[in-house]
Amino acid sequence: MLDQEKWAETVLTVVGLSAVAILGLIILFIFKEGLPAFTQVGLWQFLTGTDWLPSKGKLGILPMIAGSFMVTAGALLIGLPLGLGCAIYLSEFATPRTAALLKPTIELLAGIPSVVFGFIGLTLIVPFIRVFFGGPGFSVLASSLVLGIMILPTMVSVSYDALRAVPLTYREGMLALGASEWQTVKMVVLPAARPGILAAAILAMGRAVGETMAVIMVAGNSAIVPGSVLDPVRTMTSNIALEMGYATGLHRQALFATGVVLFVIISVLNIVARAVVRRK
Amino acid sequence: MSSKPAKIELNNFNLYYGEHQVLKGISAIIAANSVTAIIGPSGCGKSTLLRSINRMNDLIDGVRITGEILLDGKNIYEPDVDLIWLRARIGMVFQRPVAFPLSIFDNVAAAPRVRGIVNKDHLARIVKKSLQAVGLWSDVQHCLNQSALSLALGDQQKLCIARAIATQPDVLLFDEPCSALDPISTHVIEDLMRALSKRFTIIIVTHNMQQAARASHYTMFLLDGNIVEYGPTRELFTNPKDIRTENYVTGKIG
Repeated sequence: MLDQEKWAETVLTVVGLSAVAILGLIILFIFKEGLPAFTQVGLWQFLTGTDWLPSKGKLGILPMIAGSFMVTAGALLIGLPLGLGCAIYLSEFATPRTAALLKPTIELLAGIPSVVFGFIGLTLIVPFIRVFFGGPGFSVLASSLVLGIMILPTMVSVSYDALRAVPLTYREGMLALGASEWQTVKMVVLPAARPGILAAAILAMGRAVGETMAVIMVAGNSAIVPGSVLDPVRTMTSNIALEMGYATGLHRQALFATGVVLFVIISVLNIVARAVVRRK
Repeated sequence: MSSKPAKIELNNFNLYYGEHQVLKGISAIIAANSVTAIIGPSGCGKSTLLRSINRMNDLIDGVRITGEILLDGKNIYEPDVDLIWLRARIGMVFQRPVAFPLSIFDNVAAAPRVRGIVNKDHLARIVKKSLQAVGLWSDVQHCLNQSALSLALGDQQKLCIARAIATQPDVLLFDEPCSALDPISTHVIEDLMRALSKRFTIIIVTHNMQQAARASHYTMFLLDGNIVEYGPTRELFTNPKDIRTENYVTGKIG
């Protein structure tokens, strides 16, 4: 009996630690592969250079950093209000039956492969933008729209949970003051759920920054800092995915270095999210 | 029943949860500017009765009522009654202090804000007056921006009373307001209720008979959804007319 206990403990410890070890190895690997690019190109030059011409040895990823930033900001602009509104409706206004029907449906969105989102963007959104707003259609706007929809499940379900976690007594207390349901939501429920909603927003942001396939299909992918939302754009993740297949030498290291930058950005987002949630 | 005018009148009021009848033909007159205690064992319907008076039971599915409850002669269950108006006139304080996770100021200001008051000076005046009325002002006037959750539990309950007062109601309902508090805070709240009864009509539900005896002018003893006995507190406790009342207040049952 005791032996079995000990065995189980050992096995589970090893299994548990292996997940951490894998993460550690990934970090080690991308840093090892990417760091030479920083030293050869120069960190500052790499981060702020506006020319990405690997064949000519010009390796500046500012267009991609700007691209990721613009596309993510656009996605949040679309996805946050939509997702939060949906969560508020489901948690506060929908009948339990409606909520029980709608919430799994929205979560189903998360199960659609990103290439399908990209395909829909390519066949619907890109032509729509080209016809009605001008430009090539492949653009910051198209990427933001596709990503804005893709982050909805995260945004809805995490902020829904945060809203549901607000004690019923708060709602009752407000209603006893004669507040309407909307006043209750606005004055007490939303402030009380704010840490959770912030966490939802940061998780959604992480998803938007990291998404690759759907963006490649609708972004146009020119490595130039976009001048408007109708211009083509290339994100950091697209940059890696598009060129990794044939890159060698310094070029390849520069792609890994792009991964390092991405990794740092996403880690910072995660740390901020945790800090925000804990500070309740 | 008393020299004081009637504030609330219950006429053959019945309440059902689905098939189950919780309140059975309640008829009573609640005197203005007094403290009326509702006592009785758990499940006798005392909280349900209290929540009928500001229609908080409306939030529960499957509740059906018959009969009427009059506030200043107006039946609050008529279809044209505005719940916002009703709940502004009848404040409520709950069992556990429901301090919102907002600043002390915003907690009290929530009440006037609900009624659309946004003027800063006006809000500040209401907050100050309400906190003064519960004796909390001198303690918190320098930390109004601090979270209300940082206050001691007894002070949180005072804050909730201040918030209930801030809607400028006529009636205050207390649903076992001291059951989460220590004895000292309990005394403070009881004194406060008696003091407030000069301005408000107060109804308190309590399972603590000493509290009813100490803090109330009138006591209603409820058993299984029926009023067993209702009268001046002193009389009900020292000279109960019904044997069941006597058994309950002397601690033989309940």
